[in-house]
Amino acid sequence: MLTRRHFGQITLAGAGLLLAGRPALAADWQATLAAAQGKTVWWHAWGGDPKINDFIAWVGTLAQERHGVTLEHVKLAATADAVARVLAERDAGQTTGGAVDLIWINGENFAAMQAQGLLHGPFAEDLPNWPLVDVAGKPAVVTDFTLPTEGRESPWAMAQLVFEHDSARLPVPPATLAALKTWILANPGRFTYPQPPDYLGLTFLKQVLYGVMADPALLQAPAGADYAAQVAPLWDFLDAVHPALWRSARAFPASEPALGQLLADGEVDIAFAFNPGRASAEIAAGNLADTVRTFVLAGGTIGNASFVAIPFNAAEPEAAQVVANLLLDPEVQARAQDPAILGFQTVLNLNALNAADRARFDGLALGVATLPPAALGPALLEPHASWMTRIAEDWQARYGVAP
Amino acid sequence: MTRAAVPPGIGWHLVPGLTLAVLVLPVLGGLAASFAPGFGPQGFARIMDWPGLAGAVRLSLVTGIGSTLIALGLAALILAMLVDRPVFGLLRRLLSPLLAVPHAAAALGLAFLIAPSGWIARALSPWATGWQVPPDLLILNDPFGLALMLGLVAKELPFLLLMGLAALPACDAPRRLTVAAALGHGRLAGFAHAVWPPLYARLRLPVLAVLAYAMTTVEMAAILGPSLPPTLSLQVALWMSDPGLRALPAAAAGAALQFALVLGAMALWLLAERAARGLRHGWLWRGSRGRGLDGAARWLATVAGFGLAALLIWSLAGLALWSLAGLWPFPAALPDQISLHLWHSTAPALGQSLGLTLLIALVATGAALVLVLGCLEAETRHGQRPFIPIETLVYLPLLVPQIAMLPGLQMLALGAGFQGHWPAVAAAHLVFVLPYVFLSLAPAWRGMDRRLPLIAASLGASPARILWRLRLPLLVAPILTAVALGLAVSVGQYLPTLLIGGGRVGTLTTEAVALASGGNRRLIGAWGLAQLALPAFGFALALGLPRLIFRNRRALRTGGQG
Repeated sequence: MLTRRHFGQITLAGAGLLLAGRPALAADWQATLAAAQGKTVWWHAWGGDPKINDFIAWVGTLAQERHGVTLEHVKLAATADAVARVLAERDAGQTTGGAVDLIWINGENFAAMQAQGLLHGPFAEDLPNWPLVDVAGKPAVVTDFTLPTEGRESPWAMAQLVFEHDSARLPVPPATLAALKTWILANPGRFTYPQPPDYLGLTFLKQVLYGVMADPALLQAPAGADYAAQVAPLWDFLDAVHPALWRSARAFPASEPALGQLLADGEVDIAFAFNPGRASAEIAAGNLADTVRTFVLAGGTIGNASFVAIPFNAAEPEAAQVVANLLLDPEVQARAQDPAILGFQTVLNLNALNAADRARFDGLALGVATLPPAALGPALLEPHASWMTRIAEDWQARYGVAP
Repeated sequence: MTRAAVPPGIGWHLVPGLTLAVLVLPVLGGLAASFAPGFGPQGFARIMDWPGLAGAVRLSLVTGIGSTLIALGLAALILAMLVDRPVFGLLRRLLSPLLAVPHAAAALGLAFLIAPSGWIARALSPWATGWQVPPDLLILNDPFGLALMLGLVAKELPFLLLMGLAALPACDAPRRLTVAAALGHGRLAGFAHAVWPPLYARLRLPVLAVLAYAMTTVEMAAILGPSLPPTLSLQVALWMSDPGLRALPAAAAGAALQFALVLGAMALWLLAERAARGLRHGWLWRGSRGRGLDGAARWLATVAGFGLAALLIWSLAGLALWSLAGLWPFPAALPDQISLHLWHSTAPALGQSLGLTLLIALVATGAALVLVLGCLEAETRHGQRPFIPIETLVYLPLLVPQIAMLPGLQMLALGAGFQGHWPAVAAAHLVFVLPYVFLSLAPAWRGMDRRLPLIAASLGASPARILWRLRLPLLVAPILTAVALGLAVSVGQYLPTLLIGGGRVGTLTTEAVALASGGNRRLIGAWGLAQLALPAFGFALALGLPRLIFRNRRALRTGGQG
């Protein structure tokens, strides 16, 4: 790919033609489609949510119909299982024909694979649907936890932290971080967060950090010598609220689904999720009371993107690219955003779509519990991964062993 | 024995060596390959720095040894007090299929039962408790691991009971109990002095396997156990799934520590055995015949046996109901709506996994059965015992924590190019199925009346004829039990399937564990029941087939203990 890109650039420079690169890419894509025909893509993706599993199965049907590509969903309990698999294959000297063709990935898993040189590409910005991606409006699609994606992963969904409450039990939720703290202290046992290093638990800590830090802009650079002073207000916040958490902070839910279950069981009054449409989709699926609503905190909440990446030794990299491109198709993106299906926010720039594709999005209901885009507030950028690593370790040292 | 005058069979003498190779090579090779790269001072430094280490080690020891002790005590009580009572048949029929319940499903069902928002609380709320919202009580994930121990005991009791039942016929229990009773001993005391010593000698290794399992379980600890800190095994699993792969050295060091801990706990257990023997002798010498104990012991055995069976069955019923439930908010005792929607939408995926799971389980169990029968027949024909007794080595795959050896085995499988398809997964399952098949079959084989083959031989029957016409038919019940156990073990394998299958072999268990990571009780209910269905079918056959085959041979119907 790199040589083709260079060739494209040379052509571009030599001929002085502005669009000379595009026909070359189109020809490349025809070759990719031809190579993908009849192949099977093993997509390793977290398999804990039946809604997502059903969506992936639907994408598989589409891939078969349109491109003759068979999509097999390898349902993971943790994304690190797939990363470890690729690492094991490299250590065993298997540089082709690997078990993993495509991984649903972001954040630390991506950083780890990138650092170890385990990724194929760059490929993302050569995908035919790439021009539709909202790079300007959603910078997280090319910056994963402050790390440039360099085209080695292709985005397929936007996520933003939203809080969920049952309006039947809690009509007016707190609107700021300080109000949340007051509410927790006034309602002991009715709030908790997943136990770090679970990613949603860490996201909550980062959200608190954004709210209590003197200068949150520092989070975009690696954590430095003044790390301890910068995060001190975070520990003050947690020290204050922990005695009033669910189970007095002597136990924590393990993950986002476990936290969602606590809300459904009425064990907590406020939960949160990394998907603004989760509550609506769960209500539609009959898993959550239809009185649940979502809210955000003043100043915005953490947002990021979900990606797919191709391992360096994937057996079918061309077919994997075809699936990555299909995931950017407006029809697929609109289905993912449908609150009755997934409620994932699109990565596309709606203004770049033609009228018919735009109508797919305009026709979507918002979902009973989903905030309209204007009310969702700004998406805060993920801090540099070094903050998360150190906070996870410090959390473990401070709270990871019950007194 | 029948050593002389027997022509060497068709390579019978090769089978024990082959079996040992299947047991030992993957384990040692896997261990070596696992530790070679990640094993270093850096990993150990990291786990030493972890503030939860002492708590995690203590928790692993206490929950592992405690649950094994309780499960063994209850199994012994039930065998002592209830075996010849009518209720025992019922208890056995209740408990045997529960052996097949996947650990994760049992734990999730139990969690839903006993949680403050669980089924028991719902059944009592709000009319008896006044709770409109669940109370903030730390029942699950308690720091002492009591919920975890409850789950482990409920899950291991059926296994120990079945093992004990398989070994009991060889212990000559009825006559010994009669003699003890004639000497004036109560039932419990008579059992303890006359039957328990030979019975425990046969149960020792299964008990150690239970101990090793209880100390290394990941799924049950994740669902029922504490998390501040978690058990060592769960922490190792968490280190392994660290998204930045930074904790892999710590995971390797933790797995090594886990291995050492299991060995240490076993040494402790064997020491405690001697102490217990001393105590029992003291009891005997004091002359107390313990007749006053029998009423309480019988009561305890009945209550505990049926109580734990009821607990597990109720847990499974909870999961089954969830798989049919629409919205089911607290404190409703039953779901608002019932529908088959989930089963409809899951059926295709379920069916696909079910077929593959069954294929792998049948191949692995069939291979294990052939090897074990071959070993036992070689032993019988040639008096041939391997250099190291197979009884000891058969425990190797059960004693070495899977997380310590499987990453290495995966490397070896990758290097050999034998992975990523179902035959490779079945081969990996064989390593873990073989010990259980051996353990459940060997006591019955060796406990068979030796005079029968002698009589047959003296009537001119060839060794092959004795094997096919006498020994195997007599052992149909234990063989079927061993097969059912083998199927259950194969169906339950998670890590070997994931690592050797490379994610491309999706069995009921890999799918169920992935779904369990989402905590969706409805799906876990559906997949847990499907996981249960295969081995439960096996156990039903193991119980039912002998009745059918031996309908006119009463003593053979229940595995030869009548």
